[in-house]
Amino acid sequence: MIWQFDLIILSLVVICAVAAISVKDLLGAAILFGAYSFMMCLLWAVMGAVDVAFTEASVGAGVSTVLFVAAVFRTTRRTTD
Amino acid sequence: MKTAGVIIVFLFGGLLVYGTLDFPDWGDPDAPASRHVSPRYIEKSLEETSVPNMVTAVLADFRGFDTLFETVVIFSAGLSCFFLLRTKRKAPEARFYRHLPTGIVLRIEKGGRLPEGSVEFERIDSIWVPHDLIIRATCRLLIPFIQLFALYVIAHGHHSPGGGFQGGVIFGAAFILYAVTHDLRDGLHRLGEKITIVLCSLGVFIYAGVGALCLFLESNFLDYAALAPVLGVDPVTARSHGILFVEIGVGIAVMAVMFAIYTNLSSVGKQDEGL
Repeated sequence: MIWQFDLIILSLVVICAVAAISVKDLLGAAILFGAYSFMMCLLWAVMGAVDVAFTEASVGAGVSTVLFVAAVFRTTRRTTD
Repeated sequence: MKTAGVIIVFLFGGLLVYGTLDFPDWGDPDAPASRHVSPRYIEKSLEETSVPNMVTAVLADFRGFDTLFETVVIFSAGLSCFFLLRTKRKAPEARFYRHLPTGIVLRIEKGGRLPEGSVEFERIDSIWVPHDLIIRATCRLLIPFIQLFALYVIAHGHHSPGGGFQGGVIFGAAFILYAVTHDLRDGLHRLGEKITIVLCSLGVFIYAGVGALCLFLESNFLDYAALAPVLGVDPVTARSHGILFVEIGVGIAVMAVMFAIYTNLSSVGKQDEGL
């Protein structure tokens, strides 16, 4: 394990997580959540849990982002919350 | 109210972080899990199931009940999406048709429609009009390879990372990609709603059926070694084959559920016009 690599990914995970809940644009939040999933996938792969990383990449970053976008498509893009 | 929420979040977050301090270190050889549980699987899983990938052996054989009910959870997610969202299809306000040679769009008021099999006219969605030849052609080329990769992931789960869940999701994503790049009706033409629901149930049925078959062959539920006389192989290979059967079941169920959730979500349950 290279700690610099770990630190960069971990800080990107935190940044993506905070950005995904604070951004007003729901489509942007969905994309940020996809980026968050992808960073988590990299983190799993670094820790040697390749099966979990694969699941995270296909389910978290792939299909759930599509489902979020499909849901945003049927509502308004901006949130008032 | 908002400050109270932030305080509660930080309080419980802090408690969770404090709780993890009691955890054994990452990769600690003296942790309870690495002292009793892991060595058992590491030493015996290849010998007992002839599956090189330990994760698959644990997931589908040693912890088969877990995976069975995970599949049931995914099945019920698809079913609840169907029951919550699906509505009766009403005739839309107006239908839009594109004249293919000229690109002129016709708007036909409620009730009217052009013949289905028309070569010159193409039905398009009223809110989002996908018409990009490059994207369509590229995805048409890509989709067979994505599906082939999904089948590889399911079939090769014994030797490499992957298995029913991942392969099923990739297979479902290929159908979703088709529905996104063409339109939802084309996607539903390929994999209809009724077939999707039958496939959802079929996947869970295969998994539970393999378990019940072991029960009929005078063994425990999901003890694949009992399948040996039926398959004509030794018990260890039978466990490997049993894992493959349940992975196929999981793959079918997950694939169908992903597509069912997508179609219901993007068309607000009308299964007509969507993303």
